[in-house]
Amino acid sequence: MSERAIKLVAPLAVGVLFLVAWEAVVRINAIPPYILPGPLLVAETLWRDGPSLLGSLLFTLRITAAALLAAVVLGGAIAILFAQSRWLELSFFPYAVILQVTPIVSIAPLIIIWVNDTFLSLLICAWIVAFFPIVANTTLGLNSADRNLIALFRLYGASPWQTLRYLRLPAALPYFLAGVRISGGLALIGAVVAEFVAGTGGAETGLASRILEAGYRLEIPRLFAALLLLSLTGILIFAALSWLSNALLSHWHESALPSED
Amino acid sequence: MSEKPGAMPLVTIRQLSKVFRNGVTALQGVDLAIAPGSFLSILGPSGCGKSTLLRLIAGLTPPSFGEIAWHNKGTGRIGFVFQEPTLMPWATVWDNTYLPLRLAGIAKNDAAARIEATLASLGLADFAHVYPRELSGGMKMRVSIARALVTAPQLLLLDEPFAALDEITRFRLNEDLLKLWQQHNWTVVFVTHSVFESAFLSDRVVVMAKRPGRIVADTAIDLPYPREASLRTAPSYAAVCAELSRFLAEASA
Repeated sequence: MSERAIKLVAPLAVGVLFLVAWEAVVRINAIPPYILPGPLLVAETLWRDGPSLLGSLLFTLRITAAALLAAVVLGGAIAILFAQSRWLELSFFPYAVILQVTPIVSIAPLIIIWVNDTFLSLLICAWIVAFFPIVANTTLGLNSADRNLIALFRLYGASPWQTLRYLRLPAALPYFLAGVRISGGLALIGAVVAEFVAGTGGAETGLASRILEAGYRLEIPRLFAALLLLSLTGILIFAALSWLSNALLSHWHESALPSED
Repeated sequence: MSEKPGAMPLVTIRQLSKVFRNGVTALQGVDLAIAPGSFLSILGPSGCGKSTLLRLIAGLTPPSFGEIAWHNKGTGRIGFVFQEPTLMPWATVWDNTYLPLRLAGIAKNDAAARIEATLASLGLADFAHVYPRELSGGMKMRVSIARALVTAPQLLLLDEPFAALDEITRFRLNEDLLKLWQQHNWTVVFVTHSVFESAFLSDRVVVMAKRPGRIVADTAIDLPYPREASLRTAPSYAAVCAELSRFLAEASA
């Protein structure tokens, strides 16, 4: 079997085996659906409640996408500022770290109190979770341009802008994209966690509220269906960003080259 | 062909010293006059400060003492080739060669003719739109040389450019570099630790010793140009190599 086929078949086989075992355990022990629904029931619920869950998914996705976009723009801009001045980086980087290590669940209530608009408050929470990998990675990338190339740019009298545009930014691109890949997943997690803290209510609700609501009502199959939708979304975001990264780097970076054997 | 007795040196170095921040004296009291049109090799063991001397001439690092005086220095007139090809992996051969002109604010269309002529002179015409990773070590080094030459520099500085290449590739590049030097009127300073390379290429060899880095011998190479591959087996070449080897042995002692 080829490497490609193994990559596809092996995890699929594990997944199917797991689902079969799960269904078997539920049936043999006659576990009630409000404790643990079998995968067939979850699939059926997903099919039935799909349209209503999709609306919530869309809300969560909007927050995720906006947070990721803000993380890319602001995170990239902060990294470029850091790269311009060692002073700036040394002065502000510790605060970016503090923001990153503070658990979002503990500051989300404050943000929700301070910011009236639900969408905006959730967006800010998701952004706080998502922006750090982009800042950290891009800063590293901007500072890791080849020393000799930097010397060469100086030899030819390049302006700081030229050095940024033609050397530091392209050198940082692989690092930046690695940061974006991490941030994509984190933006989704941030959006969900923030909504968990914000709780249910309001005209529009995301998937997190639906999970909470289903939990309160002991509609466990629906809870599982929402969870399934959430992880599928996370996988899709990661796959899409990986594809983007490969497409942008394919012609030159080692990470995107096909293997030689 | 390159010796022009009486001509003003292009670069005059007086009592040049370089002490690094960690207290190591890389160079001490170096005096050197580089004649225009000459092919000067700086030969020495590793750690003798020959690369430091080259970086000082290029202005990439400031001297601790002494001075480097230029006669008629134009802007952007230095070409530098590092030990590694030092290419931008995200740019094609064409764009890598375009870099010095781009930094000088020259538009792509205006630069195209010069870039293509330079690439052709180094046998790279068919590789203009290839990325560096697709090239062999020798071809990458050719691109690096093309980038240094595209500005038509007054002074071409090469820092052990062929040290990492296999012998056949190195010989080919030596011969091609010599041909280009004879066609154009550049001044070349070539840093190497290879006796054979310096003897084959140069009209003058300066031998350096280490701790502290200093010049211990300065000798003209009286082998006629053009020098072809056949010179490598000639007795006169062997004699020059023997002499340089003796200097180098003394310097390393």
